[in-house]
Amino acid sequence: MSETGETSLLAAPDIRHKIERIAAQIVEAHPDRPLALVGIHTRGAVLCRRVYDILRARGRDTAFGTLDIALYRDDLDNLGTIPSIRGSDLPFPVEGAHIILFDDVLFTGRTIRAALDELVDYGRPARIELAVLVDRGHRELPIAPDYLGQSMSTARHDHVRVCFTETDGREGVFLTRSAPQP
Amino acid sequence: MSTTAPPARRKDLLDIESLTREEIVFLLDTARPFKDLFDRSVKKVPALRGKTVLNLFFEPSTRTRASFEIAAKRLSADVTNLAITQSSVTKGESILDTVDTMQSMKVDYMVVRHAAAGVPAFIARHTPAAVINAGDGNHAHPTQALLDAFTMREAVGELDGRRILLVGDLLHSRVFRSVSTVARKLDMDVGIFAPTTLIPSGRPDYMQAFSTFDEALEWSPDFVYLLRLQRERQAAHFFPSLREYHHVFGLTRERFLECRRRGIRIMHPGPVNRGVELVDEVLTYEHCLINRQVENGIAARMAVLYWLQPAVTPLPDEKEEFAS
Repeated sequence: MSETGETSLLAAPDIRHKIERIAAQIVEAHPDRPLALVGIHTRGAVLCRRVYDILRARGRDTAFGTLDIALYRDDLDNLGTIPSIRGSDLPFPVEGAHIILFDDVLFTGRTIRAALDELVDYGRPARIELAVLVDRGHRELPIAPDYLGQSMSTARHDHVRVCFTETDGREGVFLTRSAPQP
Repeated sequence: MSTTAPPARRKDLLDIESLTREEIVFLLDTARPFKDLFDRSVKKVPALRGKTVLNLFFEPSTRTRASFEIAAKRLSADVTNLAITQSSVTKGESILDTVDTMQSMKVDYMVVRHAAAGVPAFIARHTPAAVINAGDGNHAHPTQALLDAFTMREAVGELDGRRILLVGDLLHSRVFRSVSTVARKLDMDVGIFAPTTLIPSGRPDYMQAFSTFDEALEWSPDFVYLLRLQRERQAAHFFPSLREYHHVFGLTRERFLECRRRGIRIMHPGPVNRGVELVDEVLTYEHCLINRQVENGIAARMAVLYWLQPAVTPLPDEKEEFAS
């Protein structure tokens, strides 16, 4: 695999702006309803936490949870190394909740499929919406975001990496172009 | 939460001896979130959906088999139980025939218990299925040791430097072998107290032996682990009577009160012989972990099933072996 270097797609101020806009859109769509924000480990949880902090600062009645989808992946068979399980933490009743699910990058849609399966195993939410920072296309399932930071056109083999200060020590969205696998 | 990368997957779990400390810690860390699932409305996760787990028990067992069955079902696997009592067929032939038959049914995991040491390892060499040793003779019972380590960690946190005293029939006990090994690998101090007739020869140096129960309690163990007196395994007489055994090696009322005074945790792999290994009132003691061990057995076995990876297809030479 030959790599041709890393391109910056979004810088720290862009990310802050996108997150604030997602928060504003959520408030607009749900003026007074209590919400449960759920972030997918690891960077979806960071994104979720930031939006949660904005909503809390505006005095919104909001719950925060995290989801570990490892046990719901559809490719466990093929993995030589099994993912560590951190566990999910949903400290609110899922039954009847209005949930907004967060992930950093939307790609094939398989992660979201796994997250939806897991959420409904906790109970029957009234509604689930999806918020992502980056949609890079190449969906393999009929899944679309309700709240979107930035849409980007990428090649199937590219790597899109979201870095957050909390998890990566730096802030930014980066694209690494790779040669197609033979 | 572990910060290191997960260890590579193995095909089989045959004993504790061949596991590294990192692998053991990974399995214990993984069991924790599995236990959290038990409080959900849906206790199942789809990790092993479409997979088949065969419980192959050549020796009677209710608790271990049920524990494996629940663990597999909570991972969404299909489970088949096969209890095989010894037939007149010679052991070697019957085992290989059985495995051959099971292989035709394309099972992905085999949980094997047998009265003879080494049978699970033998089966593992002849099947692409992942094999878990659920107890073989007096050799090993690795999932018991993992659930015990998990239970101890849950009770006191990190185990380094903690002390475990193993009491009873060490000679016939695969639990003793696996638990003492896991304790050693997790840097615990291991003490033993047993009838001299029931101490295996070749006991490793790291185990500290005591000559009376009182002396052993003076050592201040964090855990007293009472092994089950395996009445069914004792053809020969290793001690005069059950009453005598209880008097010298059992947790009598006086010794129990001493344990309680010291806040020592009590463990036992079950099933308990009441009035032999321990007096009844131990079972209601706040630091009695026996029921916790049973509950944790499911989470520990889920972690093992999750981690192991069956081979994709039999190797060519193994196929030939089947044909012969």
